[in-house]
Formats: sequence, C-alpha cells, structure tokens
Amino acid sequence: MKNDPGFYDYWPYDNRPKIEWPGGARVAFWVAPNIEFYELDPPDNPFRKPWPAPSPSIAGYSIRDYGNRVGHMRQMKLLEKYGIRGSISLSTALCEHHPEIIELCKERDWEFFSHGIYNTRYTYGMDEDQERDMIRDGMETIYKHTGQKCAGYLAPALSHSELTLDLFAEVGTELFGDEGGIYTCDLFHDDQPTPIHLRSGKKFVSIPYSLEMNDTIAYVVNKIEPRRYGQIIKDNFDRLYAEGAENGTVMCIPTHNYQVSCPHRLKAFEEALEYITGHSDVWVTTGREIAEHFIKNNYDATLADIALKKEVS
Amino acid sequence: MPLDRSYLEYTERSYGMDHERYDWSMLTDRKAVSWPGDKKLALWVNVSLQFFPLDQKGVPVKPPGGMTMPYPDLRHYSLRDYGNRVGIYRLLKAFDKYGVNATYAVNGELAERTPYLMAALKDRGAELLGHGWNMDTIHYNDMEGEADVIKKSIEALLRYATDDVKGWLSPGRYEGDKTPEALKAAGIEYFCDWVNDDMPYVFRTDNGPLTAMPLSNELEDRFILLSNLHSEQSYGEQIKDAADMLIAEAKEQGGRVLGLSLHPWMMGQPHRIGVLEDVLEYLMDKEEVWSASASEILSHWRNQQ
Repeated sequence: MKNDPGFYDYWPYDNRPKIEWPGGARVAFWVAPNIEFYELDPPDNPFRKPWPAPSPSIAGYSIRDYGNRVGHMRQMKLLEKYGIRGSISLSTALCEHHPEIIELCKERDWEFFSHGIYNTRYTYGMDEDQERDMIRDGMETIYKHTGQKCAGYLAPALSHSELTLDLFAEVGTELFGDEGGIYTCDLFHDDQPTPIHLRSGKKFVSIPYSLEMNDTIAYVVNKIEPRRYGQIIKDNFDRLYAEGAENGTVMCIPTHNYQVSCPHRLKAFEEALEYITGHSDVWVTTGREIAEHFIKNNYDATLADIALKKEVS
Repeated sequence: MPLDRSYLEYTERSYGMDHERYDWSMLTDRKAVSWPGDKKLALWVNVSLQFFPLDQKGVPVKPPGGMTMPYPDLRHYSLRDYGNRVGIYRLLKAFDKYGVNATYAVNGELAERTPYLMAALKDRGAELLGHGWNMDTIHYNDMEGEADVIKKSIEALLRYATDDVKGWLSPGRYEGDKTPEALKAAGIEYFCDWVNDDMPYVFRTDNGPLTAMPLSNELEDRFILLSNLHSEQSYGEQIKDAADMLIAEAKEQGGRVLGLSLHPWMMGQPHRIGVLEDVLEYLMDKEEVWSASASEILSHWRNQQ
C-alpha cells in the first residue's frame, strides 16, 4: 500500500494560468446522471458486502429500480428543458437490460462514460488482468450499443485499485487511440481539471465531479433536506461563477435517477438548474468536452506551472 | 490471489430484470389511468399500528423503530406504545377533519392487545392490511413457520375487518425469497414492500400474481424525521412538493398515486400533529386529489388494464 496515490502534484489554487472556456464562459457546467444497475443477488466480494440488509435486499434494490422505471424520464425531461446534455455514468450492463434508456439518451446526443458493468461488482480483489477485462468489457459495450468511444471513467461504486486509472487509460488507447480513456471522475481534489500521472505517460485528466454536489452523498450520507440541497447547489455555483471571472472553473452535479427524480426532490433540483442556466457566461457541456478542451488548450501550460510552483522553497 | 472467475461472469446480463418477479416497464410506456371524477392524484394514507416487544430478539435484524438499549428498553417500548394510546386518536381526528379515507396496517399481536382501538377502526369501516405478527417477527429466508405467522397475523384482524384482508405490509418491509408465495397462498392480493414504482404493477409468485402497490419509503414519516433527522417543516414541504409534482405529471401522463406511510408514534406527537394537519389540508383542498383506500385505487386501476 502507498502513502500517497501519486496521481497528481500539489498545485495551489493561487495564481494559476488562466483557463479560457469556449465563448469566454466563466464556468464549465456539466450534469452527470449515474444510470446504474444493481443486481438483486450479486456474487460475494471478499472486501465489500453489496447489500447491508439480509438477502433479498428489497429496500435497496427496489428504490434503485425505481430510478430506471420511473425516475429516468423525469430527469431527462428536466435536463432537456434547460438545454443540458447529460454525461452518463453508466453501469454498462444497462445496455443489455434496459436498451430503451440507452436509445433515449442516444437520441439526445448525451455522452456515455463507463461506471463499470454493474454497481454491485466491485474492483476490490481483482488482479490486474481481471480489472483490465472488466474495464475493456465496459468500454466495448458502450461502443457496441452507442458507437461512442468511451472517454471517461468512474469506477463502479467508487471501488478502486492502485492501477484503476492506468488500466482505464491503457484500454482506452488500445481500443480508440487518443479518443478513448482520457479522463477520470474518481478524484475530488480540485475545482479545475488536473493532469494525472500515468505509467504510460498518456495525456489524461481528472475532471471535477463533485461529491459534495452528488445527490446520493447529499441525501443518503449527509441527509440533507431537499430544498436545502437546491440551495447548496446555487451557493456552489455562485462562488464558482464569481471565481470563474478570473480563471475558468468547473461545476458538476452528479445525480441518480432514484434520488433527485423522486417526487419530493425534483422541484428543488429544477429550481437550481433554472438558476444556473439562467446565467450568461456558463458553458453547459459534457465531461468529454471539458477534458478535450483542457487537454488541447491548457494541459501543457498547467504542467509548466506545476513545475514552476514546485521550485518554490 | 485474484477473485474467483465467476466474479467476472454475468449470468443475468440480458434484456429486462435480473429476476422473474416482474417485467421491466418504464412508467411512461404504460397506458394512462384515470381516477373517478377525473381526479389526478389518488392519495393513499396508510397508518402502521405496531407492537414492539420489550424482549426484542432482532433476528435476523432489528426492526426499524425497535429497541436499541439494553433490556429493559423502557424508553423505546413506551414511546412506541404512545402511538397506539395517544397519537392514533389525534390522527383519526385529523383524518375526520379533512375527509381522509385512510387504511391501517396492523400487527396481529397489536390487534389482540387493543380491542378498543380495533373496534374504533371497525366502526369507521376502515380497510385493514396485514402487517405481520409484531415488529420483531421479521420475515426472512430461514424463517420458521412463515405460512403460520402470516395466517395468524391475518386472522387476528378478521373480526375487525369489514372485508377480507387483502393487503400486506411486511414488518420493516423485509421479506424472505418465498414471502410473496406465502402471502398469495394466504389470500393476500396486494402488498407494498417494494418501492420501485409510483403506480401499481403485477408481481409474479408461484401461486399466481400479486399486485405491488406504491407506498413510498422516502416519504415515510419515520424515514424523513427519524432516519434523516429532517425538520417537521421539511417533512411538510417534501409531501407538498411531491404532490405538486405528481399532479403536474398526472395531467400529462394519467393518474398517479401518492402513498403516505404514517406512524402514530411519530406524527401523533403534539409538536408534529399540526404539521400533518397542515399537509392534509393542503392536499385535500386541491381539486385534483382523490382520497382513497388501497383497494379502491386498485380496483379502478385493475379495471383499466
């Protein structure tokens, strides 16, 4: 085990080279709906129990199924209303289980990125070949069903190994060259994209995917009241928008169809989306577009700045 | 050592669900349903009347709302009992005031212990749902005598019921793999443990189909106030926001159901009953709302399938 994952350098949020988003926007704003499939009876993993309750875990399973049966259409309609294309964090087995959802999102030109096969199959305990196979399966499944060359990764149920990011980038290159495997959502250390060190040396970035804005973290872990969640989103935006006047920032709202699309929560979420998209100078975009823009325009300057700031003693 | 190879094999990875209990179906793909009088939202209020034994075994899990302290946990025992002595009568008055037709899911053992309360429910012509024997009799895979427990639980309600007991809510919403079969065999027609829909749907068992009725866990008083520790004010806002959203959706997509699950030991407290009254007034003032029992909703739904 390591004392530090070694993915990135200390890079102070102070006097950084300016990120200019398209059209002079202050904030690159993206919404990442997690569209997940949880298995009712998944195999055991030695490091993590899939369900806390005795089997069959009706409460946990059925509310997640609600997300796909009921919640998805609500959220999709709402995002459409405010001109937002979702960047889907996808349990890729959903392509087989619920192809209707995939088609609806394809028609709207949403981005699909990999969130593993099932959210009940964890990376823990896999050796390198197994994890590479699982990652490749996910990326190939997305390509087969959507024609998209998967750019991003959020490990299933946020379960990682030390090699997760390396393997994802390598499989991306192997399958799709520079178009595949270019960003991760697994790290929460910054409000701007950051270059990630990989053993392959590939240009690869971490894109801010805020756990604090994540509806499951807000509702299940932090137990926040729905209207307060809406307010927190607005507050988060206000600060990133203000700072974005000097240097482009990224704001992400990661969602789940079984959280934010529940009848008692949708209104607060809608108000927040209306508020954010009601501002000018907001680049409403996707994870891939942010990553590509940063790699093309800011990646090298960022490395140079990091190197410069390392020299301060 | 790597994981066993089977961990990367996905035997259920194909169209639809990963089990045979019900068909995969998106709500928006279903036929629109209309409620009597062209109402948009069927409001189903279900009150759980529960007995929490002081000598709780907690097998295989402790029930939600159960004892947490070393024996004898007088604190939780008596606070839950408060609901059946005091709180429920506040709820009944509120239902009368706002014209709410509620149903009652009753533990069999509670029915035996509180004949006065049960007679009051019978006088009201209320629909009763089986709710297991008591809150410490959890249904699970290795449960002994499940069929007998279900039979006993239903029989305890029959003398107070105006009709057969057709509905079921499992204690803590826990089930074993074969609980749906046992419920169907005992004459149950609908149950409300699964929370994967906002409308009724058909649920398969080896003994013929049940109907799954939507009774939100997320909007349950216990979940909002006790599990999430949200304020009473937020409880009211969440119900109102939910009703508004479902009514708007119903206008485009056909009738919806708002299932409110209440516990008199939560909402019957002096500082909470006013919030419940405010919510009921808000809902019942709306011309789109139809207050109905589960069986009424189900019968209208069935006739349109």
